Amino acid sequence: MDWLTENKIPVGDVAEAAFDWAQDHGETLFDAMAFAMEALIDGILWVLQTPPPLAVVLVFVAATFALHRRWQPALLVLLGFLFILNQGYWEETTESLTLVLSACVVCMGIGVPIGIAVAHRPRLYAWMRPILDLMQTLPTFVYLIPAIVFFGIGMVPGLIATVIFVVPAPIRLTHLGISSTPKALIEAADAFGATPSQKLWKVELPSALPQIMAGLNQTIMLSLSMVVIAALVGADGLGVPVVRALNRVDTGLGFEAGLIIVVVAIMLDRALRWEGRK
Amino acid sequence: MTAVSFDNVSIIFGEQPHKALPLADQHQSRAEIQDATAQVLGVHNCSLDVEEGEILVLMGLSGSGKSTLLRAVNGLNPVVRGAVRVHDGQEMVDVTSCSGQKLREMRQSRVAMVFQQFGLLPWRTVAENVGFGLELAGQSTAKRTETVKQQLALVGLSDWADHKVGELSGGMQQRVGLARAFATQAPILLMDEPFSALDPLIRTRLQDELLDLQRDLKRTIIFVSHDLDEAFKIGNRIAIMEGGRIVQVGTPREIFSNPASDYVAEFVANMNPLGVLTARDVMEPGTGQQSTDIETPIRELMPLLRHGPLTVMENGTAMGRVTTDSLVARLSA
Ligand SMILES: Nc1ncnc2c1ncn2[C@@H]1O[C@H](COP(=O)(O)OP(=O)(O)OP(=O)(O)O)[C@@H](O)[C@H]1O
Ligand SMILES: [Mg+2]
Repeated sequence: MDWLTENKIPVGDVAEAAFDWAQDHGETLFDAMAFAMEALIDGILWVLQTPPPLAVVLVFVAATFALHRRWQPALLVLLGFLFILNQGYWEETTESLTLVLSACVVCMGIGVPIGIAVAHRPRLYAWMRPILDLMQTLPTFVYLIPAIVFFGIGMVPGLIATVIFVVPAPIRLTHLGISSTPKALIEAADAFGATPSQKLWKVELPSALPQIMAGLNQTIMLSLSMVVIAALVGADGLGVPVVRALNRVDTGLGFEAGLIIVVVAIMLDRALRWEGRK
Repeated sequence: MTAVSFDNVSIIFGEQPHKALPLADQHQSRAEIQDATAQVLGVHNCSLDVEEGEILVLMGLSGSGKSTLLRAVNGLNPVVRGAVRVHDGQEMVDVTSCSGQKLREMRQSRVAMVFQQFGLLPWRTVAENVGFGLELAGQSTAKRTETVKQQLALVGLSDWADHKVGELSGGMQQRVGLARAFATQAPILLMDEPFSALDPLIRTRLQDELLDLQRDLKRTIIFVSHDLDEAFKIGNRIAIMEGGRIVQVGTPREIFSNPASDYVAEFVANMNPLGVLTARDVMEPGTGQQSTDIETPIRELMPLLRHGPLTVMENGTAMGRVTTDSLVARLSA
């Protein structure tokens, strides 16, 4: 027993050494990533915050209607935004939406290509699965620390933490969609002389579209669930009042901000719910 | 002219096909080979020439290797030994060894395929499915539209062009499959039990339609079937397969009159002879009153026989006669 405790395996030290090494050697890479993400975040934030709030709300409502061709979800989105404006959380909401949208762009941008690649390479996927599991089960706080180390405080580390937690979802669902393309359809494409890229674009991706859209939906929902944690590393948004309420033991403020997050979640879910092909 | 030539083709499924080849060469059966080497014999030493413009039917019980052999023509199944040569307009190309680029070219413009389960893309409309092959070959949408329209008219689906294929019945879906194959103008068509998934009435109708179309289009068709009546109706020649090997090739009449083995004889015994035999098969020496051509099917002879014996003519000379007795004697033999 003594021997066991005295010879502690240096998990923490090794991790630290690895992070130190990465910090020393990967500086340009991290700077470039931070720069790109910051540009993305600033761009989206500018679009959401420059016009008058009601104009932005109308665009969202119109987009929802265009997507569903039904007035119920559009009305729900309208009421949700009016409630948010009424409570005075417009700025925080746009900041959180920015985080969610940037996470979507990054996660789908990385997740879909990776999902396609591993669907075509089953062995690679077998290797990758434990890593995806790890990314989703490791307590998020644990990778907040290196995120701060590499990227400082602010929106960017919040986005990084969100992406690490969320990106397995689109990878998994894209993989599922692509690899469950009916064999008969692949064969038909082969028989008519499709190139690998034609097969991907004309058969596999359309066939996987429902799953990829489900991946997008999950990406949005999971990103939204990260807003409070992102606030801990200094990301702006609806997480900030929640964290503040926690520090001050302010029940009213906490409840108010929490309710707004729920409202945003419901709106996004209804607005983007993929109802399959008609 | 030969359109497709199978030259001693062997196909084996599994990781180590070469372990199974010697056993197959000793004429071991698929089950024996599978027990000994865990490899599945697809087809073994199949040789067969398909002539331009003919309909050749591959026929046999389930598992006899019909689909496997058919799918070697467009390279969907890799050939372990032997060659499959397909005419590309200028010369015979060995699709088992040509480049990937050449194989794609052949698939886009020389060999089209119709599938048992249709293989249509469900998220596309009928017209988009018909244009699929042309699209893969890089033809622009504008150019495709006209061809697609013609093909849809040919199979009688013009009114359905903009419907999703899922809204169509099975018979109509297979018409889409046919139109898709015709649209590429490929002179060689591979059809793997295209009508088996359809109910009998629709099946008969599509068989008739295919024969009608073939009269004008004159494609080379390799048609897989496990139904002898269908094979005899459609095929100019029939290749009968058993356990991965071709056991007999011939015209329907040759096979019906001279089955090469018990296996073939058993097939033939179950079929309706009226569609196969002609005056040639039932004549006896002598002359009758009216005359008839030697290739007249006996189904058409029967009503004529009520007016007495018929003289059988071939190219203007009398070859013999058919009487009710000679007919009954042949049928009950
Ligand atoms: N991809 C494959 N992998 C392994 N074995 C296969 C494969 N394709 C076919 N086989 C085997 O090869 C043999 C011949 O199959 P094939 O599909 O050619 O038969 P078939 O005559 O077309 O029969 P059916 O009428 O059932 O379609 C069968 O034993 C089958 O199990
Ligand atoms: Mg088959």
